[in-house]
Amino acid sequence: MLHFDSVAARYPRQALLALDGVSLDAPVGQITAVVGPNGSGKSTLVRALLGRVPLERGAITIGGADVGSIAARERARLVAVVPQRESAVFPLPVRELVALGRHPHLSGFAGWGAADESAVRGAIEAAGIGDLSERSSDELSGGEWQRVRIARALAQQAPALVLDEPTTFLDIAHEMSVFELLSSLARGGIAVLLVSHQLNLVARFADQIILLHRGVVAAAGTPADVMRGDILERVYEWPVVVTRDPAVGAPSLVPLRGRRS
Amino acid sequence: MSRRFVLVVALLALLLAVVAVSGVALGTIAIAPRDVIAALGGHGDPLTRSVVRDLRLPRVALAALVGAGLAMSGTALQATLRNPLAEPYLLGVSGGAAVGAVLAVVAGATAAGVVPLAAFAGAVVAVIVALMVARAAGGRADGRVLLMAGVVVGAFANAAIMVVLANAPPNALRNATWWMMGSVAGAEWPAVRALAVYVAIGAGVLWSNARDVDVLTLGDEPAAALGVRVERTTRLVYLVSALLAAATVSAAGLVGFVGLVVPHLARATGLRGHRALLAAAALLGATLVIAADVLARVTMPPAELPLGAVTALIGVPFFLTRLRSLR
Repeated sequence: MLHFDSVAARYPRQALLALDGVSLDAPVGQITAVVGPNGSGKSTLVRALLGRVPLERGAITIGGADVGSIAARERARLVAVVPQRESAVFPLPVRELVALGRHPHLSGFAGWGAADESAVRGAIEAAGIGDLSERSSDELSGGEWQRVRIARALAQQAPALVLDEPTTFLDIAHEMSVFELLSSLARGGIAVLLVSHQLNLVARFADQIILLHRGVVAAAGTPADVMRGDILERVYEWPVVVTRDPAVGAPSLVPLRGRRS
Repeated sequence: MSRRFVLVVALLALLLAVVAVSGVALGTIAIAPRDVIAALGGHGDPLTRSVVRDLRLPRVALAALVGAGLAMSGTALQATLRNPLAEPYLLGVSGGAAVGAVLAVVAGATAAGVVPLAAFAGAVVAVIVALMVARAAGGRADGRVLLMAGVVVGAFANAAIMVVLANAPPNALRNATWWMMGSVAGAEWPAVRALAVYVAIGAGVLWSNARDVDVLTLGDEPAAALGVRVERTTRLVYLVSALLAAATVSAAGLVGFVGLVVPHLARATGLRGHRALLAAAALLGATLVIAADVLARVTMPPAELPLGAVTALIGVPFFLTRLRSLR
């Protein structure tokens, strides 16, 4: 569904490429996770998809169509993106914030319809924020904000969903419920591309993992392929041990104490 | 359209109508509301008819257009630049217009329409310079960079004005100062009609971009994620808001505070979405400036207070009551 083909991207006036030949494929029905250290190019991947960073080489396609050739509004109907940052200056009720997810579906004088209404209701329910819907955005905790943003992306009803660190600020219960939600969305026939720092959860939920390091794919494949001590130690420059989680059987990363000299 | 929208707009329109009628009725010669309505319909005695239709009505209409234009400009700018302190005069519009007007006054321009034209030209030049500065500095149309570019251009314009006025003859100095304090006293129908066209066009463009503006308040990246062409829309709203303000400045000089305070009052009505907010702001802005103009002429007749000072004197207390909810 979402395809990055040898993508190279550079921020204006920067000598180094932020992405240098990154290829990945996020198919329908799967969770594709992008992991990597801070500054490895994960968020740049998302910005390149949104056209916020120009591509030097390569192509990004959605359902086979080049992202540069489709209108922004059309793109937003095909892929919903939850960016990492948001700065709402004027408070809005949660319900209205979620309703903004229908923006790419509204055109010209066409009013708010029954389809929009049911999309918003469904998104609020799926994200589990029914109890927040009458609250004002300036009364939300960091975790509540994240879930509202996910609900807004769900209201877009796009076949592909991209999330940039969606579980930052979430406690374990809410973090787990987000991963469970993404998992069920993927099973329901959506392509999920997830940028995350939560290696252990990613190892349990993702179908494939792409490990980025300095703008280059350092490893890619199933969780078992990527979650290897030697690979992670080299990329994260920190001593680690990878064990098998006794409860769930997934690979599990344990960072060791003290930098190895 | 929500029920709240209909209710709020109906109430604001009623308020505007009441204030507008008092704007025509009150002044050095008070006219009873009944006679105002008769005169508007072409009846009553000729003197009253002339005062109403040739003096007071264009004045009220100009005040309404100036208020509506500045208020819509401020509403669009605060949302697009995501800054509750943004207002049209921060974009260098006022400074540029003042430079144009002051140069025309000091040069001794007396022909009708020269000073407004010079003010408009000055404002347009200032806005273009600000846009160019922002583009050179930021590459992208970043709200903060745009705002800073406007502030810097405005500061430069103010310095230029001081240099020019420091050596101007006393009469020119007085005229220039009066112009900078804003006034709708000399309103005439041609100027009213010209401003009406500008305000209508500006309102149309802002209204048709209002849904994109709703999304832009979330930030550039979330807006891009929702399909808004961020740079294009930001630049367009900036330009149209600035030109809208420039047109009001050329017609009535500097009328401060309207562009800053009215958007906050509009949001305080509880309306959401910028189509609704623009409508509410236009009505509130028109009402505020007409009311300020009435105060300006009835407080110590036959002298008039500067309009720009009165809008600020009314606006500041309103603003203070809203300050708590700004955060």
